[in-house]
Amino acid sequence: MWNRDRWQEMFYTLRKNKLRTTLSGFTVAMGIFIFVLLFGFGNGLKNSFQEFFMDDSTNTVWLYPGQTEKPYRGFKAKRRIIFKNDDLVDIQQNFPFFIEYLTPRISRGALVKRGKESNNYTIRAVAPGHQYAEKTIITNGRYINEADVQNKTKFATIGRLVENDLFGDKPSIGQQIDVGGISFKVVGVFKDDGGDNEERLIYIPYTTRQRLEKSNDRIDQIIVAFRPELGYAGALALEKKLNAFMRKKHNIAPNDRSGIYVRNVAADLKETQQFAGVLQWVVFFIGIGTLLAGIIGISNIMVFVVKERTKELGIRKAIGATPKSVIGMILHESVFITTIAGYVGLLAGVGTLSLIGDSLEEFFIINPYISTNTAVIATLILILFGAIAGYIPARRAAKIKPIIALRDE
Amino acid sequence: MIKIKELHKSYTMGQNTLYVLKGIDFDVREGEMVAIMGSSGSGKSTLLNILGMLDTADSGTYILDSNPIKELDETKAAIYRNKFLGFVFQSFNLISYKTALENVMLPLYYQKVNRKERQARAQNFLEQVGLGPWASHHPNELSGGQKQRVAIARALVSEPKVLLADEPTGALDSKTSYELMDVLQKINDTGITLLIVTHEEDIAKMCKRIVHLRDGVIVEDKKVKQVRASSYVE
Ligand SMILES: Nc1ncnc2c1ncn2[C@@H]1O[C@H](COP(=O)(O)OP(=O)(O)OP(=O)(O)O)[C@@H](O)[C@H]1O
Ligand SMILES: [Mg+2]
Repeated sequence: MWNRDRWQEMFYTLRKNKLRTTLSGFTVAMGIFIFVLLFGFGNGLKNSFQEFFMDDSTNTVWLYPGQTEKPYRGFKAKRRIIFKNDDLVDIQQNFPFFIEYLTPRISRGALVKRGKESNNYTIRAVAPGHQYAEKTIITNGRYINEADVQNKTKFATIGRLVENDLFGDKPSIGQQIDVGGISFKVVGVFKDDGGDNEERLIYIPYTTRQRLEKSNDRIDQIIVAFRPELGYAGALALEKKLNAFMRKKHNIAPNDRSGIYVRNVAADLKETQQFAGVLQWVVFFIGIGTLLAGIIGISNIMVFVVKERTKELGIRKAIGATPKSVIGMILHESVFITTIAGYVGLLAGVGTLSLIGDSLEEFFIINPYISTNTAVIATLILILFGAIAGYIPARRAAKIKPIIALRDE
Repeated sequence: MIKIKELHKSYTMGQNTLYVLKGIDFDVREGEMVAIMGSSGSGKSTLLNILGMLDTADSGTYILDSNPIKELDETKAAIYRNKFLGFVFQSFNLISYKTALENVMLPLYYQKVNRKERQARAQNFLEQVGLGPWASHHPNELSGGQKQRVAIARALVSEPKVLLADEPTGALDSKTSYELMDVLQKINDTGITLLIVTHEEDIAKMCKRIVHLRDGVIVEDKKVKQVRASSYVE
C-alpha cells in the first residue's frame, strides 16, 4: 500500500485516463452530496416538527367546558357548562399531591392601541402558572404574578411581535397601551418558540378580565400541570380522576361524552413522539436509499471500468502481472478515487446545507444538518462498497486466462 | 528448454467441439530459432499461446526449462511469464496511454525493479531495437514496425530465456519485416531461444528450423540453412 512505485503507477494511470477517473469520482461525489443534502433536509423536517409540537409543556391536562348531551339528576340536556374560580380551588384542594400548578385561561380578541399604532391581538387572561404551560420566555421585565392576580392589576406582558408592532425600537416596559378601551401598563415582554402567532399575544391577570366583564368569576379553560414524576401512566390516571371529579361536581352524566372535554398533552406527546420516530425512520430510509443508489452507481462504474480495461489487464498479465497485483491495482485506484471524491462530496454537501439551510424554513425545513458521525460513516460505507464493487470484477478479470483478456476489443 | 508431449487442445462452441491440436510432440533446445508454419486455422497461434502460458492445453505434458507446467496456479504462471518468457503479438498489444519507454518498463515493474533502474534498462533495450529517440512517443505516434520493435524490447527487457512471436511481421511490409528479422536474429545470436509463427516462406527461412502444422499435428520438422536478414537490409 505504501509502496511509492505503486502510488506513482496509480497516479499516472488516473492522470492518463481522465475521463474514467472523473466519471467514477463524480458518481461517488454526487452520491455523498445527495446523501448529505437529503439527510440534512430530513433532519430539518424533524426539527421544524419538534418546534411546532414540542414548544409547550408536556405535563399538562387541559379542561374545556362544553354542552351536555344527556339529561342527568333533574338537569336537562343541552345545558352549557361553565367553569368558575371555585373549580380552580376545588381541583387544587382535591389533588394536592399530583398538581404542580394550575391556571385558568380566558381568551378575548381586542383592538390594541399605542399612539398612532393599533392592531388586533388575542388577549389571554391567565394565572402565573400559565408561563410554564406555554414555556413562555421572558426577555424583558416580568410575567403576570400572584400579586397581579390578587390586586386585579391592569398590567400586561406582551409578545415580542406586539412590542415590535406598537413600539418599534422604543422601550415598552412601563408604557401604557390601550386594550379594547382600557389602559394597561406593560410590565414584561416575552418570546416563544412556537412561532409567530405565539408572539402576537398579550397576557393579563385573569382576575382583571373577570372584573372588566361585570365582576363575574367565569373562566374559559383550566390547565392543570401535574408533577412530571407521575409519568405517562400516572398522567392517564390523573386525567381520568380529574374528569370524573369535574363531571360529578357539574352534574354531568358519567357516560356523556360532551359536557367537559379533556386533552392530555402527555398522551398527545406519546403520539407526537411516535410520529417523530416514524420521521426518524423516513430520514433513515432516505439515507439508506441514497447510499444504495450510490453503491449501485459505483458498482456499475467499476464493472464498466474493469470491462473497459480487460485488454490492458490481459497485456499486463501476459508480461507477468500476478492476479494479486491486478486486483491490488484496481482496488487501489477505486479506493483512492472514492475516498477523494467522497470527501469532496461531503464537503460540498455540508457547505451547501449551511449555505441554503436558513432559506428553507418556508418548506418546513429548519436548521438542516448532518452530524459529522453520520456523514463520515456514510462516506466510509461508500468507500467500503466502492472497494467491494471494484473487487468483484477485478477478481474476475484477474482470473481469466490472459489470452481471453487479450482477445477483448 | 521446451518439451511437449501428446498436447491436445479443443474449443467447444455450443454443440460443436473443434479439435485444434491433436497430439503434438515437440522439443526445442536452448538457442534454437524455430519457425512454425501452416495454413490459416491449423493451430499455430493456439500452440504458441499454450507455450507462452497465455492459454492452457486440454491434455498432454509441457516442460519448460525442466519445470513441468501443469495446472499451474495463476500466480506461479505469472512469474514464469515474467521471468522465462517474452511474447510478441501480431497486433503489438502495447498499452496505448503509456509511452514506448513506459511500455518497455512495465515487465520490470512486476519484477519490483526500482523506477530509476527500470528506466535505464528499458532505454537500453529500446536503443538495441533502434528506437532510442522514440522513447517518449505514444504507440499511436509510431509506425507498425516501430510498434513491433517496442513490443520486442518489452518482451526482452525482463531477459527471458524464450521469446515467442506470433506473426511479428504479419502487419509489416517486406522491407520492415526484414529489418525486424534482423533484430530477431541478433537476439537469437545472444542465446535466447526463439519461436516464430509465420505464413511467409522467406521469413521462415531466416530461422534455423521449420515446423509445419496441418490439421492439428506436425507434418514436417526440418533444419534449414539460415538466411541472414542483414543481407536484405540497407
Ligand atoms: N477462442 C476460440 N474459440 C473457438 N475457436 C477458436 C478459438 N481460437 C481459435 N479457434 C479456432 O481454432 C483453430 C485454430 O486457430 P489458430 O488461431 O490457432 O489458427 P492459426 O494457425 O493461428 O491461424 P492464422 O494463421 O489464421 O492465425 C481455428 O479454426 C480457429 O477458428
Ligand atoms: Mg494465428
